[in-house]
Amino acid sequence: MTAARDQILGSIRRSLKRGPLGEAETAALRARLASPGRNLVPARAAALDPPAQRDLFTAMAQEVQTTVDRVASLAEVPAAVASYLAAENLPAELVMAPDPALDDIPWHERPLLQFRRGRAEPGDQVSLTPAFAGIAETGTLMLVSGAETPSTLNFLPDTHIVVLRAEQVVPSLEEAWTKLRARQAARGDAALPRTVNFVTGPSRTGDIEQRIQLGAHGPRRLHVVFVDEPVATEPSAAIPSSPSAPPSPPPLAGEG
Amino acid sequence: MEATSRAFKSNVDRALADKTLQQALGLARTGFPAKRRAAVERLPEFEALREEGRRIKNHTLEHLDFYLESFEAKVRANGGEVHWCRTPAEARETILGLCRSVGAKSVTKGKSMIAEEIALNDFLEANAVVPIETDLGEYIIQLRHEPPSHIIAPAIHLLKEQVADAFRATHTELAPDRPLSEPRTLCDEARQVLRPKFLAADVGITGANFLIAETGSSIIVTNEGNGDLTQLLPKVHIVLASIEKLVPTLEDVSTLLRLLARSATGQEFSTYTTVSTGPRRPGDLDGPEQYHVVLLDNGRSAMLGTEFQDMLRCIRCSACLNHCPVYGAVGGHAYGWVYQGPMGSVLTPQLIGIAEAGNLPNASTFCGRCESVCPMKIPLPKMMRHWREREYEKKLSPAAFRAGLGLWAFFARRPELYHRMAAIGARILGGFGRRRGRFRALPLARGWTSVRDMPAPQGRSFQSLWAERQRARMPRYH
Repeated sequence: MTAARDQILGSIRRSLKRGPLGEAETAALRARLASPGRNLVPARAAALDPPAQRDLFTAMAQEVQTTVDRVASLAEVPAAVASYLAAENLPAELVMAPDPALDDIPWHERPLLQFRRGRAEPGDQVSLTPAFAGIAETGTLMLVSGAETPSTLNFLPDTHIVVLRAEQVVPSLEEAWTKLRARQAARGDAALPRTVNFVTGPSRTGDIEQRIQLGAHGPRRLHVVFVDEPVATEPSAAIPSSPSAPPSPPPLAGEG
Repeated sequence: MEATSRAFKSNVDRALADKTLQQALGLARTGFPAKRRAAVERLPEFEALREEGRRIKNHTLEHLDFYLESFEAKVRANGGEVHWCRTPAEARETILGLCRSVGAKSVTKGKSMIAEEIALNDFLEANAVVPIETDLGEYIIQLRHEPPSHIIAPAIHLLKEQVADAFRATHTELAPDRPLSEPRTLCDEARQVLRPKFLAADVGITGANFLIAETGSSIIVTNEGNGDLTQLLPKVHIVLASIEKLVPTLEDVSTLLRLLARSATGQEFSTYTTVSTGPRRPGDLDGPEQYHVVLLDNGRSAMLGTEFQDMLRCIRCSACLNHCPVYGAVGGHAYGWVYQGPMGSVLTPQLIGIAEAGNLPNASTFCGRCESVCPMKIPLPKMMRHWREREYEKKLSPAAFRAGLGLWAFFARRPELYHRMAAIGARILGGFGRRRGRFRALPLARGWTSVRDMPAPQGRSFQSLWAERQRARMPRYH
């Protein structure tokens, strides 16, 4: 294996007509890795103020058949979840991420909602997780793995419900990376979480005659309960959209 | 797999006569380009992003040794392992060794072009490890024992009836008279059949769209979620990737991700983009216990510093296939190996030799659409020309073609003679073809006239018409 490693690296250097990089050049490359600079970030979301970014997130998410229900506060989440499950004819049983961030939600107000906390198991119908961020540019959810946020919740059940707070919406991927690096540094963790999932709509495939079908292997439904908490420094500019916009015919082709 | 690129011409004849294939390709020809165009028009920065993508990849390739070593150090620091493999055989043995180390009976697989390149499935099967493709398109072609015909839509050559036949033949535990006439029911059946296989697999093998030096992460981009179940549920996750997949930082890959989905399917962003960094952490309730990256060279390091270095920027989006008139007419199987379309015509001769794949760089009209849509601005037509030159230099092209080219070169180096002969030729051909305006057959050019007519020259050469036009225009400027 070492022989293969040395030969591959040697072959690269021979082809590039040089030996191993010098100290100065290596230092410059190390610096580039240690403090990554941003490339061009599209203006679409970056140029908007936070309320408009939240609206953009909602619109982009709905475009890819994510359903979004905007509620005014965490207190409204249990009712929103219960009415979504009823409207979709789904059981009122959920497997929920064991994340303390979800404990602020007054679940006891809806005693008919049954919860198990933990990872998803085969047969679980509905999962509920928090998100790390929502990316306005593409309506993408950023979900990170950890002891309190097992990744199986994002993929095994047929229906995935995500609670996203308005302040978690960032304009771009770049802003999301900055936010995640800051969190990891604050925890003294030098590495990224084991898994970072960027999820943009429910699972889909176009592999048969390029006709898009939702629910290939991952969730058939992705539902975001978007909590528009009033933020002290700004007027409540967020415009409530119609809850659970029905999926429109998918416009996009699928990749593997 | 055994390459049939040498038989490209008979492959093409078969493809053109195959009505089912032509019907399936008809669906593909219009869909992808329209979706890509709409997505590109929606992002004003798209052209600037292409330029940045090109710059990022060029920078990485120029320092590939550094970035590979940085990547390896980070993977190790996160508790993973990197396995360097020079050849397909080394990669296959490494993967089999990892499977055997945990006594694996079955492995699930996400879509990986490198797995096709090293013919992994046949090898695992021969060694009593059952590989299960989980991407719907890959699963279908695995059942049919076929190679993929498209990089991102491997079963694009099939109609739904053929998929239904494959399912009926394989899923014999289900009711034989069940309805399977719609993509929806086919998709549901695949989901139902594959779910227990995801749960039972001992090892999950995925490819990688990108490897990140900064963090030691691998990234997969999918729409189905099959890649995620593949890498999340088994004890061992093996990432199989070639060395040019390296990208320095998360910011750099963000730029490339903006280009990938739009170029591939016209999506703003693919459904699932997953960044994996090492195995399960303390306290984690799920995730693989082992994380291995199998890094394959297979001749790529030797492409650096050559006229084919730019090909290593390719991010496998398939825009060049989707916009190629040749691919659109004959489909992917005609190319005879793993990679198809313009990118395949450049990469395949490198990987299996120009003697084997010499037909492919000739299968181009040089219309240039591939280069104009390539998100990484790879000069594909130029590189196909380089292969044609190598083929000529190695005396691999047919004798008649070489003789004709020699004759043409003789005249082309003598402009006066060339003009005179061209004028005579145009007059003669123009005279013969005047009545119909075209030729149905020409001596020495049956390859051309057997499938289309040759337009007849109008009796004058371009040079003489141009000269006359210039003379006629002169007075206006004086």
